[in-house]
Amino acid sequence: MAGFDKVVGSYEEAMAGLEDGMTIIAGGFGLCGIPENLIAEIKRKGTRDLTIVSNNCGVDGFGLGVLLEDKQVKKMISSYVGENAMFEQQLLNGELEVELTPQGTLAEKMRAGGAGIPAFYTATGVGTPVGDGKEVREFNGREYLLEESIVGDFAIVKGWKADRYGNVMYRHTAQNFNPLAATAGKITVVEVEELVEVGELEPTQIHTPGIYVNRLIVGTFEKRIEKRTITES
Amino acid sequence: MTLSREQMAMRVARELQDGFYVNLGIGIPTLVANYVPEGMEVMLQSENGLLGMGRFPTEAELDADMINAGKQTVTAIPGASIFNSADSFAMIRGGHVDLTVLGAFEVDVHGNIASWMIPGKLVKGMGGAMDLVAGADNIIVTMTHASKHGESKLLSECSLPLTGKGCIKKVLTDLAWLEIEDGAFHLKERAPGVSVEEIIEKTAGKLIVPEEVPEMTF
Repeated sequence: MAGFDKVVGSYEEAMAGLEDGMTIIAGGFGLCGIPENLIAEIKRKGTRDLTIVSNNCGVDGFGLGVLLEDKQVKKMISSYVGENAMFEQQLLNGELEVELTPQGTLAEKMRAGGAGIPAFYTATGVGTPVGDGKEVREFNGREYLLEESIVGDFAIVKGWKADRYGNVMYRHTAQNFNPLAATAGKITVVEVEELVEVGELEPTQIHTPGIYVNRLIVGTFEKRIEKRTITES
Repeated sequence: MTLSREQMAMRVARELQDGFYVNLGIGIPTLVANYVPEGMEVMLQSENGLLGMGRFPTEAELDADMINAGKQTVTAIPGASIFNSADSFAMIRGGHVDLTVLGAFEVDVHGNIASWMIPGKLVKGMGGAMDLVAGADNIIVTMTHASKHGESKLLSECSLPLTGKGCIKKVLTDLAWLEIEDGAFHLKERAPGVSVEEIIEKTAGKLIVPEEVPEMTF
């Protein structure tokens, strides 16, 4: 690796340094825009006691769901989970802890974490179980909760196109949490479908500037569809 | 007769205005998109990061990278925009969405809503619902008026853990259109053939009934 070149040669190298007990922030919404090969590498590596920050936890046998198979996950911080039987079972057995977080608060926790802001106030969750034990402060006659931001030891991100400098573009709604996760990792690893020449991406169209990216790898993706809904033509 | 799901969607659609940005929840709210009045433009916001959601794709258009907040494959209309989740919730929390329609288990006279958690049952999460109710000024809740066993879901105090506090002003049930103000439900319209007495009987929270309660027409 030289200069701003972020490309690594293997998935093993991409996830090097991941240790038991670490926190990983993952991009993706449902199965859309998930870093499927980086997740597979974490499974291969067998790292345990992980805290994973991700909107969802995949399904049985795909996405983050595969990390449940060998009980690698200690805690999920998510807005919506339980589309998978294994998740439900481990939760009921007490083998897995879940911190349910409103989706907008989760996104803002990542954004703030990446932006060096330790906490922020939001009206979301006031008077609900989410507010239990959290500071409430009034601004302009309305109550807000103090929510702390999140920084991950690793962030794992799925992009569409990138150049060697780690400038990344996302495709359609596969963007979702990915650019936020990308800012909030101490080590941010991005996998993309296509590597293009430096200078080929229009600077104004780059979603994630390379400064946030530590490691970049090109992969092939299954892109499984969770709910296939069709208009009969 | 109680309103059908389609009639509920039709009634909600009458609240749409030209140029509205609208977020529709899962279930009956989703059906509202089928009843946008002719000649009116509304743009649907999907909280996974899409403003200008279109119909489901054809086989040829199917794309794993184009989904809505319900994780269904969708298309984008001309003029749509796509953005990240923090921007999506900036729109929602910042009050930029003109109308939000979502379902609920219970609402009460204080405008509280419970829609995500039944203690003792497996909780899957609130998704974006808490942000939606906290951020929107104009929310319509669609729900059944009472449970299958006849127990009211329009209460003095919600019994289930809340999704949001003091944020609901308009409720459409299968029996009636109601508005919440000054610690009471105000009966505004009734479903065709549903008596005011039945609505009174099935509303546990304080209910204000005017002399004339117009019947909805479809």
